Amino acid sequence: MSSTTKSAPLRPSSTTGLLSWLATTDHKRIGVMYFWTTLVFFFLGGFEASLVRTQLAQAELTIMSEDLYNQMFTMHGITMVFLVVMPMSAAFFNYMIPLMIGARDVAFPRLNAFSYWLYLIGGIFLYSSFLLGGAPAGSWVGYAPLSTDPVHHMGYYAVGLQILGVGSLASAVNFITTILNMRAPGMTFMRMPVFIWMSLVTNFLLLFAMPIIAVALFMLQFDTLFGAQFFQPGTGGDPLLYQHLFWLFGHPEVYIMILPAMGIVSEILPVQSRKPLFGYAAVVFAGAAIGFIGFGVWAHHMFTTSIGPVARAAFGLTTMFIAVPTGIKIFNWVFTMWGGKLRFNTAMLFCVGFVSMFTIGGLSGVTHAIVPHDAQQHDTYYIVAHFHYVLFGGALFGLIAGMYYWFPKVTGKLMNETLGKWHFWTWLLGFNLTFGPMHMSGLLGQPRRTAVLPAELGGSVELYNLLSSLGVVVLIFSALIFLWNLIRSLKRGEASGEDPWDARTVEWLTASPPKHHNFDAIPTISHRDEFWHRKYAEDETGMPVRVPDDQRPDDGAPDEHIHMPDPSLWPLLATLGILPLAYGLVFVNPILIAVGVVWLIVGLFAWIHEPLAEGDDDEPADEHEPAMSGSGSH
Amino acid sequence: VAAGVHDTTLGLDHRKVAIWVFLGSEFLFFGAFISAYLLYLQATAGGPGVEIFDIPFTSISSFVLLMSSLTMVLAHHAHTQGDLRRMRLWILATAGQGAVFLGGQVFEFTVFVREGLVLTQSPFASSFFVLTGFHGLHVAVGILLLLSLYVFSLTGKLKPSHHVRTEMIGLYWHFVDIIWVVIFTVVYLIPEIAVG
Repeated sequence: MSSTTKSAPLRPSSTTGLLSWLATTDHKRIGVMYFWTTLVFFFLGGFEASLVRTQLAQAELTIMSEDLYNQMFTMHGITMVFLVVMPMSAAFFNYMIPLMIGARDVAFPRLNAFSYWLYLIGGIFLYSSFLLGGAPAGSWVGYAPLSTDPVHHMGYYAVGLQILGVGSLASAVNFITTILNMRAPGMTFMRMPVFIWMSLVTNFLLLFAMPIIAVALFMLQFDTLFGAQFFQPGTGGDPLLYQHLFWLFGHPEVYIMILPAMGIVSEILPVQSRKPLFGYAAVVFAGAAIGFIGFGVWAHHMFTTSIGPVARAAFGLTTMFIAVPTGIKIFNWVFTMWGGKLRFNTAMLFCVGFVSMFTIGGLSGVTHAIVPHDAQQHDTYYIVAHFHYVLFGGALFGLIAGMYYWFPKVTGKLMNETLGKWHFWTWLLGFNLTFGPMHMSGLLGQPRRTAVLPAELGGSVELYNLLSSLGVVVLIFSALIFLWNLIRSLKRGEASGEDPWDARTVEWLTASPPKHHNFDAIPTISHRDEFWHRKYAEDETGMPVRVPDDQRPDDGAPDEHIHMPDPSLWPLLATLGILPLAYGLVFVNPILIAVGVVWLIVGLFAWIHEPLAEGDDDEPADEHEPAMSGSGSH
Repeated sequence: VAAGVHDTTLGLDHRKVAIWVFLGSEFLFFGAFISAYLLYLQATAGGPGVEIFDIPFTSISSFVLLMSSLTMVLAHHAHTQGDLRRMRLWILATAGQGAVFLGGQVFEFTVFVREGLVLTQSPFASSFFVLTGFHGLHVAVGILLLLSLYVFSLTGKLKPSHHVRTEMIGLYWHFVDIIWVVIFTVVYLIPEIAVG
């Protein structure tokens, strides 16, 4: 592969092959890597859930030991939250944010690669625990002091989540800077697509929530490794502190998982309804309000602890209050569809599925705001049903809608609609069959996180559990349809053309798949839904009239000097130092820890010593110095 | 991507936006640790409590750290003037004061341990050592950054036009300083006065 750059040592210049992926700094490639990695973890997490449901298919079944069962439900939770839903949102952030704001990459391309490698290495590290003495078995919340007990292998949890947290924090800084500072000319805040708004809010939530769980996990580790007393009641330590810190992170985390899906749905519904989004400003402000209030509801996870009546009343009220912005959004989505020319393709079906299933989950959520009611439901399958309706019926449906919607953008091909509809209907059926009955079995008293279903709960609880387990069979079938559709469409999907959905936002302004530099000329934005306004004008009655292709606004000649970052191996090489550090912390081995720290520092220095692009001194011109000579020198 | 500041939406360098955003996150990191410390003020398990603090000693090391912000500003100013020689001088002064502060912390920890306040003693001890220890780690990282700035300016990697880099490290340094002002007040001063 020829290249114009002076080849620096350790700087691959090829654009194909494995090395080009390992060294990529292209936001689109990183997005694609996030996507496939997430898919692998999704099937692993699904496998763990299937084992759990097999054990619970009948009362008193003991196919797995209690320890193995605990590992399975714990790893299922950790996987689905940290290795599937969050990074799948990150896949969309990576691929779509620069395209939707009219930029050529993110603000810090190598930091972006660093975030991905941290995610991958964190995931591999967590899963390596299965081979090295057993996976975490103390639930995804990792309550102390249970989690300071070596029996539950929570060392991997404390260190693994810390690695993933650093990656999330780095990408939050990156995406916030990108959205604030790299919008195309004319794209004011109130002209940003709703997905960009929701990405911005989500990344602020990540920015403020990740340090809090980092603190909780550090305390956990100091207790475990060095005998600190943070959560040890024997010397006056308070286990409730862990719960407060965890949920102060954990509840914003819920919105971190749902807001990107809400953004995706807010993009797809207007396009497939052929109407602008109803109440754009209300949707945006509701999203921001959810971000703020999301930090004030955490103790509703702790109503059955000794937080006291005042705290219970206060958090009950805030919990009811946060349903208001959520409700605003649901009404806006419904009114967007109202009177529209609806196209029920797969992407749209998943959006409608999102709105309806998320509403069910939202309503059962409001019941938790009622403290005495919550005391009855706490740690029962009713809770399991609730959060799967918001995270599976909500987040996952929305993310899948995004996959069908943007697949043509990424590949230039359409996904198969027949298979897509099979996927949707089996998915909807399997989902409701799995999680619907859990409302009932939970209200009848079935506890969560219990390895064996007690026969004394009675025949109806047994029946509900059998239905749930059968639902998983349908879901597995459905997921395989999706996988088949994905692979088949990648290989020989129908060509999509540039604008298959008659879309509204500027990511469709460029080729599909987009060129390396996204846009030949950066578009100038003069409207919300810029792309639609370029395609349609209004006649005297206000009806849209298609503008002939040759009369559409033009962004001028392609830019002559497009400056893109070169590939770099240093983000990967530096991140690899995390592995000895992490294993050193789990096995309490100072040599490994030292090797990891030195490796990381050397890697980071090599990274900052390497220019972003060869022959570049990395410094943009600014007002304190004379403009650089020549127009295209930077 | 390496766009001049005139090409950015906010008219600010990306790196400046990013460092401010990152520091926002750091406030919550220390905020959570300080909250835990306040929760555990009385949880001494019969061991030493806040009366162990030597306020005059810590006041002096705090003063040194505060003054290092001044030299940091002077370093940045020299860099914007293109005077790398003077910038290096102030950078070394800043790093040196950071090192004096760290030395003070090590001394203080040693004294506390000798007097019976160890990490495993009580929730109070754990939260004190881990909070101030993480602050010390931030100072150490800051010193490493300052020294690398110094070395890169000697090797020619850091040029007079690169003053945004000095500014970013400066912002980080001021943050570490401001957090110490909060820690010194909330962790040392107020509880000690309250105990009498």
